Amino acid sequence: MLMVFLSSGLFLGWSLGANDAANVFGTAVGSKMIRFKTAAIIASVFIVLGAVIGGSGAAHTLGKLGAVNAIAGSFMVAFAAGFTVFWMTKLQLPVSTSQAIVGAIIGWNLFSNSLTDYNSLTKILLTWVLCPVLSAAIAASIFSIFRAYINRIQIHMLRMDTHTRTGLLLVGAFGAYSLGANNIANVMGVFVPVAPFDGINFGWFSLSSAQILFFIGSLAIAVGVITYSKKVMDTVGSSLMRISPIAAFVVVLAEAIVLFLFSSEGLEHWLISNGLPSIPLVPVSSSQAVVGAVIGIGLVKGGRGINYSVLGEIATGWVTTPIIAGIISFVALFFLQNVFNQQVHLNMVYKINDPVIRYLDDHAVPIQDLEKFRNKKFDNPVAFQSALINNTSLDDDQVELIINTANIQHFKIDKYILDSKIDKDWLGKKRFAALVQIAGKEYKYKFQMVQDLEKISTEWRLKEKTIANKLYNKNIKQKLDYVANKFKTDQ
Amino acid sequence: MAILFKASKQLEYEIDEFLDAISEGVIVFKQGVKYYLADKKEPFLEQIKTIDELEFKADNLRHKIENELYTHSLIPEHRGDVLGLLETLDDVIDKAKETLSQFDVETPDIPTSLSEMYYELAETIVESCESMTKASRAFFKDVKAVKDHLHKVYFYEKEADKLADKLKRKIFGLDIHLSHKMHLRYFATHIDGIADRAEDVAQRLGIYTIKRSL
Repeated sequence: MLMVFLSSGLFLGWSLGANDAANVFGTAVGSKMIRFKTAAIIASVFIVLGAVIGGSGAAHTLGKLGAVNAIAGSFMVAFAAGFTVFWMTKLQLPVSTSQAIVGAIIGWNLFSNSLTDYNSLTKILLTWVLCPVLSAAIAASIFSIFRAYINRIQIHMLRMDTHTRTGLLLVGAFGAYSLGANNIANVMGVFVPVAPFDGINFGWFSLSSAQILFFIGSLAIAVGVITYSKKVMDTVGSSLMRISPIAAFVVVLAEAIVLFLFSSEGLEHWLISNGLPSIPLVPVSSSQAVVGAVIGIGLVKGGRGINYSVLGEIATGWVTTPIIAGIISFVALFFLQNVFNQQVHLNMVYKINDPVIRYLDDHAVPIQDLEKFRNKKFDNPVAFQSALINNTSLDDDQVELIINTANIQHFKIDKYILDSKIDKDWLGKKRFAALVQIAGKEYKYKFQMVQDLEKISTEWRLKEKTIANKLYNKNIKQKLDYVANKFKTDQ
Repeated sequence: MAILFKASKQLEYEIDEFLDAISEGVIVFKQGVKYYLADKKEPFLEQIKTIDELEFKADNLRHKIENELYTHSLIPEHRGDVLGLLETLDDVIDKAKETLSQFDVETPDIPTSLSEMYYELAETIVESCESMTKASRAFFKDVKAVKDHLHKVYFYEKEADKLADKLKRKIFGLDIHLSHKMHLRYFATHIDGIADRAEDVAQRLGIYTIKRSL
């Protein structure tokens, strides 16, 4: 049954592999610099590596945009995105998987009355605009440096040819890695909260539940690369973009850098630890990065022969793709729920009672405003949020805290799960020991469980909200979410 | 990848050798004309033999290079241009060889008063071809320098045209039989024709260079 639900994600992965691998190896294969077989093998291997090693950053942002909480819902969201991509490609409209999946997730949010995190949405939208611009800037700079260098070194045409081939292979591998890391979130991101896998420990390395999901998704991408991308590569390489192999090298390098920037947690870590502003980890469109890079090179060459209408097409895609995917997702979820009787989202119930009030009081929320909500039940976050906004004078952060705190969920710290399904190494010894101490307990609210854990071990406590502590806190929150997911019960 | 590196290194060497053969061939042509005009039969025949060998070598190298470029699908975007260039370069040595062998077959009776002009014409076309080979080498290694040589090719080609014209006028001003005049003119035209071939190469190089600049 799981594979049936995953199938829409796998289809999305297949189409991503068939289309987007051409952004990495298209020019090289189309211009016969690299054989398709070599390109397909390298692309497949590095897409899988990128997805498994570096896929979680961008997936995290998509998860924040809307956490699809029932597997049938995830199926439909991925299906809506896949169908949009398929349909728009058929109509020869510019389309990107990243934009389709965001639209589809928002469709789910609207259907299930879940809240859309506007912070994440703004971050994502800004990134889409930034992606081609950044890619153009990077490509233009690299190309200028390269041109000056090559003109200076007087290298033989044939030697240059061999170096370019090696370069194309290397940047192709880097591009494939970045593509896997950045775009696996599009394919498998919506399944992360509902993935039923347990982590696997191989001794010298281990795979988390999300990584197993990413591995399966990236295999689907690889199948797309091997079975269908040759046709696309031939088209890209020989007709759409007539650029020299050296320009192709620069284009792929710029694209790979951009995709890497928007997916690397390592880089984010480095930037934050050096007090620099971090780059949002968001799935972006590799096709738009390529178009940006080609335009960047065109501008360095004096701006002749640039087809500026492509820019209009890209901008249209930012608007039309998510809207179409959102509508399809909404309508399809309706059918799946009402015709096929599938649960496409879990009901979220909210109630403010004494423990919630005490907790909020501790966190400096003015509780006198909340008295009128005491013991009132709300069936969805949207209704709860609008009630809070309309009837209180609380600010946005306080409202968000109240919504997160008052969400009723059931948790039971099951001994069996504790012994066999928890990745102890990843959690850390002390944190796991704290969990063992609360074994057998049950909680109605997540914050109660968190409070208990914080009391037992300082390792579970968040640090002060500063830039330097951002990553540490993000890591602890991830661990708390992991624990909450593992011990959540249906009851 | 290692095979590719080896193949391209070998090709670099072969292209250099090909260009050497063309350049030597034209110099041998000049020497041949010089010996013919001085009526030195034996060294003249020696030059014919050498230019034959050089032309044969250039042909072989060209086929080999062509073959290897396709087998390893090297320089895909410039392959057509390079093959076109090698072919037109080959035409130059073909023309030089053909003209020299006509001296041997037809043994034109060149009056001593014209000898110097014939030799000067041969020297000018050698200058033109020398610049042509330099431009061709630069096309492979230092594309920016191609232009520096191309203008010399055009300059010497024009000089050759002027010299040939002057020579022809002088021929037809002589008091000799018309058939003799026509025979002498025929050789002036053919020697000048070598410079025209060099000009063909230069024209191609001009366009290829624009295509090659990044």
